[in-house]
Amino acid sequence: MRWWQTSWSRPPTRAFVSDDVTTPVRAVSTSSARSRLRRDRRAAIGLGVLAAMALIALLAPVLAPYDPRVQLDIVHLRSLPPSFAHPLGTDTFSRDVLSRLIFGARVSLTISFVAVLIATAFGTLVGSVAGYVGGVVDTVLMRLVDAAFSVPTLLLLIVVIALWGEIGVAFLTLLIAAVGWFTVSRLVRAETLSIRDADFIVAARALGVPSWRILARHVLPNVIGPAIVAATLAVGNVILLEAGLSYLGIGVRPPTPSWGSIIQDGSERVSDLWWLTLFPGLAILITVFACNALGDALRDALDPRQLHASFGGLVIPSEVEGSAPL
Amino acid sequence: MTPLLELDNLRTWFYTDSGIARSVDGVSFHVDQGETVGVVGESGCGKSVTALSILRLVRPPGRIEAGSAIRFEGKDLLSLPEREMQHVRGNRIAMVFQEPMTALNPVFTVGDQIAEVARIHAGMSKRDAAAKAIEMLRLVGMPAPEQRATEYPHQLSGGMRQRVVIAMALVMNPALVIADEPTTALDVTIQAQILELLADLTKRLGTSILLITHDLGVVAENCSRVLVMYAGEVVEEALTSDLFARAHHPYTEGLLGAMPRVGGQAERLATIPGTVPPPTAWPDGCRFRERCPYAWERCAVEHPPLYQIGVNHVSRCHLAVEPERRLHPHVPLAAQQGVSAA
Repeated sequence: MRWWQTSWSRPPTRAFVSDDVTTPVRAVSTSSARSRLRRDRRAAIGLGVLAAMALIALLAPVLAPYDPRVQLDIVHLRSLPPSFAHPLGTDTFSRDVLSRLIFGARVSLTISFVAVLIATAFGTLVGSVAGYVGGVVDTVLMRLVDAAFSVPTLLLLIVVIALWGEIGVAFLTLLIAAVGWFTVSRLVRAETLSIRDADFIVAARALGVPSWRILARHVLPNVIGPAIVAATLAVGNVILLEAGLSYLGIGVRPPTPSWGSIIQDGSERVSDLWWLTLFPGLAILITVFACNALGDALRDALDPRQLHASFGGLVIPSEVEGSAPL
Repeated sequence: MTPLLELDNLRTWFYTDSGIARSVDGVSFHVDQGETVGVVGESGCGKSVTALSILRLVRPPGRIEAGSAIRFEGKDLLSLPEREMQHVRGNRIAMVFQEPMTALNPVFTVGDQIAEVARIHAGMSKRDAAAKAIEMLRLVGMPAPEQRATEYPHQLSGGMRQRVVIAMALVMNPALVIADEPTTALDVTIQAQILELLADLTKRLGTSILLITHDLGVVAENCSRVLVMYAGEVVEEALTSDLFARAHHPYTEGLLGAMPRVGGQAERLATIPGTVPPPTAWPDGCRFRERCPYAWERCAVEHPPLYQIGVNHVSRCHLAVEPERRLHPHVPLAAQQGVSAA
């Protein structure tokens, strides 16, 4: 069961190194990836929503009307529907749902962004080394990845967490990253393979550039684009994974609020106390939607079929082919 | 005087799924100090693999076989540790590639790419290397070098890009430049300029050039000596003037016949029938046999050695010992089969 990975493993289309970029830029379409991105409404919306979410998380102590862990009045203020005093209602422990949601954003967003960052960095490292070095190194690394793929992610996480017992947010983040880098490494390896024998790589070798430097300077900038796209899409999935784990009661421990754990708290009362699950659900929905919108926009902007004046993930100012005579 | 570069029985084989491709199969030649040597042959004859072998850049499944030797400046390159080999690459031997469009990294400015060579081999500071890059761009005749250095490859024309590639090759003032079809991807006027530039620079710097090409015109104008390669072997080697005046090998004859001539009668250019056989299955005997208008029984059974047929002139053809056969050409085997196919 790999429900959280479905779109992470979706192969973003290759950016760069189609024969296309080697032909002179024609005057027909010279828009750069950056300008395409700027015109893309999905990118604007996605980025805007994510920025807003990040800001809310950052300013949580200022924005939240109450302490998210404090039970306000277990007798009079429990399970209240939305009102002016408690815009999103209170939960069965008389805690303010809005405050919990705001503080929950901190936990949920931090876990997913950090986990994706670690997974992408590590996956990129492994993938590019495997692809560039090739031979036995490649075979060993990729068979390891194959083996890792054959284990159901969620089940693996449940087992590990069950064995460890209580785990902190940092450890949970690392765990999620540890099961997420396989796909990135596959993706980056494929990209690396496709440019490993590109002329400019051979040329760099012929000029005596050391291997590690070729990898860092010549390979990575050209393969990082798809990894960035995949990472953006993965953020949404990891938010869902964290929510799923917390919902199962094995993620973030109460009373620390995360979006998943808030839903878990309200899960037994969905029919009558609907506000306990609806609002955190909406928060997850909006964030995942924003991530996917941004990821899709990025992928389209870097699509090689439209790629003329930009390469890989790096955006280069668009310019018509230098027409100066030699 | 010992030659600058000497190849002795170089064999580079590729172990592919469809068999062993003997792409370079016993190639021997030398390049002297300051000399420009041409290597001619059609696609797949092994000339590019020879070039990559000299720099030890052949990747698996390709392998340089035991018994091969490449001596350069008194060192056996094939037994050099990888670290020292890296010092040879770009520093003592540099390479100019065919496609200036793809031989430059699209994500870095051309100035950065030239500077990288200086930083690696001369340990220059960022600042010095950047200045060196501009100096090199000026040397290769790039207009407005300060500005061009800050531009990306896609902003330059093909000819300018090739100048950048040449600048990168010459940064460390190497003893040998291997130019693998340096002008094939350029249009004719630019070709002439680039070749002139290369000839001029190497003359001033005393660099030797190994010029790989399939264009005999380029060879005639630039090289003092020529090697003709076919099917992984050298089939003829001669001084350029000798080769054009007294070509011996039927393959060289065919190549010369396929060259357009100014002032010649407007008739169809001659072609050599058939194609190079796949490198996984070189024919026994003479590898050119099926495309040769003189081939006889001996060619099918006996692999011809390099016969000495003149001063500095060798040819891998049995005609050297049975010259009278040249009087009776026939339709080559490949043409007999090719008629129905075409």
